[in-house]
Amino acid sequence: MLKYTFRRILIMIPTLLVISFVTFAIIKLPPGDFLSNRIAELQSQGDKAALEKAAFLSHQYGLDRPFIEQYATWVGLWPTEEGFSGLLQGDWGWSFEYDLPVKEVVGDRLLLTFVLNFFTILFTFAIAFPIGIYAAARQYSLGDYSLTLLGYIGLAAPNFLLALVLMYFANVQFGMSIGGIMEPKYLGQPWSWDKAMSVLQHLWIPVLVIGTSGTAGMIRRLRANLLDELQKQYVVTARAKGLPPFKLLMKYPLRMSLNPFIADIGNLLPSVVSGSAIVSVVLSLQTVGPMLLDALQSQDQYLAGSFLMFLSLLTVVGVFISDLLLAALDPRIRLSGGATK
Amino acid sequence: MADVLTIRDLKVYLKVDAGTVKAVDGVSFRVPEGRTVALVGESGSGKSVISQTIMGILPKIARIESGEILFADPRTPGTDVDITRLDPDSAQMRDIRGARISVIFQEPMIALSPVHTIGNQIEEALVLHRNLGAAERREATVDMLRLVGFNNPARAVHAYPFELSGGLRQRALVAMALSCHPALLIADEPTTALDVTIQAQILQLIQRLQAQLNMAVLIITHDLGIVANLADEVVVLYRGRVMESGTVEDVFTNPGHAYLKALLRAVPRFDMAPGERLTPIREIKVDGGHLMAAREAIPEAVPGGPPLLAVRHLTKGFGSRIAGVFGDKLGHGPRAVDDVSFEIGIGECLGLVGESGCGKTTTAKMILRSLTPDSGEIVFDDRGTPRDVLALRGADLFAYRRQVQFVFQDPFGSLNPRMSVFDIISEPLIIHGIGDEEERFARARELMTRVGLDVRYLRRYPHSFSGGERQRIGIARALALSPRLLICDEPVSALDVSVQAQVLNLLRDLKSTFGLTYLFISHNLAVVHYIANRIAVMCAGRLVEVADRDALFENPRHPYTKALLAAVPHPDLARKLDFAALMEGKASDPDAWPAAFKRGPDGPGLIDVGSGHLVRARATADAAELRA
Repeated sequence: MLKYTFRRILIMIPTLLVISFVTFAIIKLPPGDFLSNRIAELQSQGDKAALEKAAFLSHQYGLDRPFIEQYATWVGLWPTEEGFSGLLQGDWGWSFEYDLPVKEVVGDRLLLTFVLNFFTILFTFAIAFPIGIYAAARQYSLGDYSLTLLGYIGLAAPNFLLALVLMYFANVQFGMSIGGIMEPKYLGQPWSWDKAMSVLQHLWIPVLVIGTSGTAGMIRRLRANLLDELQKQYVVTARAKGLPPFKLLMKYPLRMSLNPFIADIGNLLPSVVSGSAIVSVVLSLQTVGPMLLDALQSQDQYLAGSFLMFLSLLTVVGVFISDLLLAALDPRIRLSGGATK
Repeated sequence: MADVLTIRDLKVYLKVDAGTVKAVDGVSFRVPEGRTVALVGESGSGKSVISQTIMGILPKIARIESGEILFADPRTPGTDVDITRLDPDSAQMRDIRGARISVIFQEPMIALSPVHTIGNQIEEALVLHRNLGAAERREATVDMLRLVGFNNPARAVHAYPFELSGGLRQRALVAMALSCHPALLIADEPTTALDVTIQAQILQLIQRLQAQLNMAVLIITHDLGIVANLADEVVVLYRGRVMESGTVEDVFTNPGHAYLKALLRAVPRFDMAPGERLTPIREIKVDGGHLMAAREAIPEAVPGGPPLLAVRHLTKGFGSRIAGVFGDKLGHGPRAVDDVSFEIGIGECLGLVGESGCGKTTTAKMILRSLTPDSGEIVFDDRGTPRDVLALRGADLFAYRRQVQFVFQDPFGSLNPRMSVFDIISEPLIIHGIGDEEERFARARELMTRVGLDVRYLRRYPHSFSGGERQRIGIARALALSPRLLICDEPVSALDVSVQAQVLNLLRDLKSTFGLTYLFISHNLAVVHYIANRIAVMCAGRLVEVADRDALFENPRHPYTKALLAAVPHPDLARKLDFAALMEGKASDPDAWPAAFKRGPDGPGLIDVGSGHLVRARATADAAELRA
């Protein structure tokens, strides 16, 4: 097990390198880049000082050099004039659009994104599991049908619409503004107790909005998985032992149907982040999604690249965690991993 | 003697889409204390529904219509309960279920949860029904595992089901069922999924524990051999009704009802006269066709001529992966097939016998060229031209595939549910570009009549057929290309006894009509005895004995063959199982064989003990040892 963990961590290094390369290549795929667009614009206006700055930056960030060199510089494997300075050294590059280092532009966004998604996933699991178990145990009952209907509505309603509806009602009925992820006065302020509390107060709306469809989907899948497992012979064996129905359900079929959900943890992160981009725009959340969208549109390459690398890191680590959990939970994976037929 | 269980006029109906099925239709019988009652019948006769009703674990679609099931617990006399009146989920029923009445199921491979240790699953019954502390529970579990024959019970407690063989899993299930010392044990086809040697061990185990714990046993089976060996009383079921019941002596010596007589005649026996046919319970009508018979002249077997197929020194090992830090390496596992050589003459049927995992199917797959052996040689006689099968490439290999076809074990998994029967049967013809649409249709029609199916079924899909009919479709598909060699891999082991006779007769008839040659793989010796001319016995990847059928059955030389033969339960009260001959389950372990047969650096090789009877033994072994 220790060996396995160690191996998996080692494998993450080349994985991230390949991802960074693909990410960078895709960002560079459209013709031109932020600076050359800008330079063309400035040249037409004839602003001398700005032109010089653009030329300086272009040289500084090596935009005039070949693609592979640019990539290596960004990662930190190729020296610039001031030595190595890239992702590996903690320098995320320069955002041309904001004219600031990426690190400052990003600010709290990464942390807020992580917090928001963490709570969204927690919410999804906490709501979906009891309902899914109930629906499976009472198949075709009134409760099952009503929850199924609710689930379908949750699946079918677009998230941003739900966000708009909630905003509207909160405003009209209660006179509340529920946009944003914290009180505007804390924006850009250093972290404090009050700021954290403000985030937590605002968190529940986006968690609810973003989590709904995922929850609905998970209820459906859990119900289907459990119903499959309930037909299995080992369930009959356990019943024949005299196990009460609820205990039986929790001990055998639930445990068996967990695997796909645990395996999903890794995939959940990126899908929640990309799925929540529109909601974040609607609710004006200070998360990664909207800014990533902007950065990609304006070809602000280092900003976009940093966000994408952050998401990749979350995914790779998420998959790693779900693999470890799977091995811990399922002895078939833990003990028979080394053998083949 | 008091009756533990009395069933009176029980009716259980199943509600299905098409209406109501009377699964159990007025059944009455009893199970006396400490005795064994066998419930016999083919699938669909209602046997399992009765056991589910007794346990209170009927599926949702089933309803107890009327009747009563009285359970008189010998531990608390005078408190009879009518199980049909109890709510299946009530505390009272749960106290009976698993504690006073328990059950062993047919499929040990799936009847245990794969993610809990067997110790955990056995202890669960103790937690529910016996008021013991944690340490006492663990001790009782270990004791129980020892009782059912685990060599190292303290370690087995921590084993997961997938780490155990089928036989050991079934033992674990027995331990689980008996951990609370029930008054009644229901064994629902407890050995159907197991090899014959393992089956004998489990039967012996049940018999021994029954005596030790003085419990009543209700054994549900379709195997009359098991009935003859285990039961005191017999109840024969057919379509939810009792056809006949009585003591085992009465029923076997003087079968009254036509159904039981038919059942007895449908099972292959070792003492059948040469040429005697099985009589299926429902005979299928087979029409002779003209197309294929006219096309294929029956090849004459030339005495002394080359065999159709010669396999020489075939070896195949499956590596087990060894996990390294950077990926896995292939290690050297034990050989699945180890130096196997045999020949099949034209028009012959060679039976390949051995327990699961001995390498039978691997050998067949190598003959089919779907697996590549590590070394060895396969020569196929293509009408006078010997062909090196392993060297065939491209068009030659394609042509070879026409000559060798395969019939699979699982009639459910081997037919594509999305193809109609016509598509299934004509697919080989399309692949090999034979005939046009019209001709293929004519051929498919003829094949259908050949295997005794109505030609109107050609447009149907596999799901509308029974297991036996599906297997016949599979045979028709295999015959579509007019092959010369047909490899049948356990073709009847998934079928009911009554259907088994149909398929065996069909295979026998087809063989003589088309002059086919068979390689017939089975673990059922009686089936092989019925169909094969010559038999090769395989154990742990090696052939241990090859002989003509009669020589092998009358005069087996190898200890493994002897154990195999001794483990077959006969439907005959005069020939009960001799448990002492089973070598305590060590028959398939080469290290437990006598010195003359033991595996060593010097082989041993196959030696001829007269008229082509080959035994794997040391040449130095004297005649006495070989006979012993």
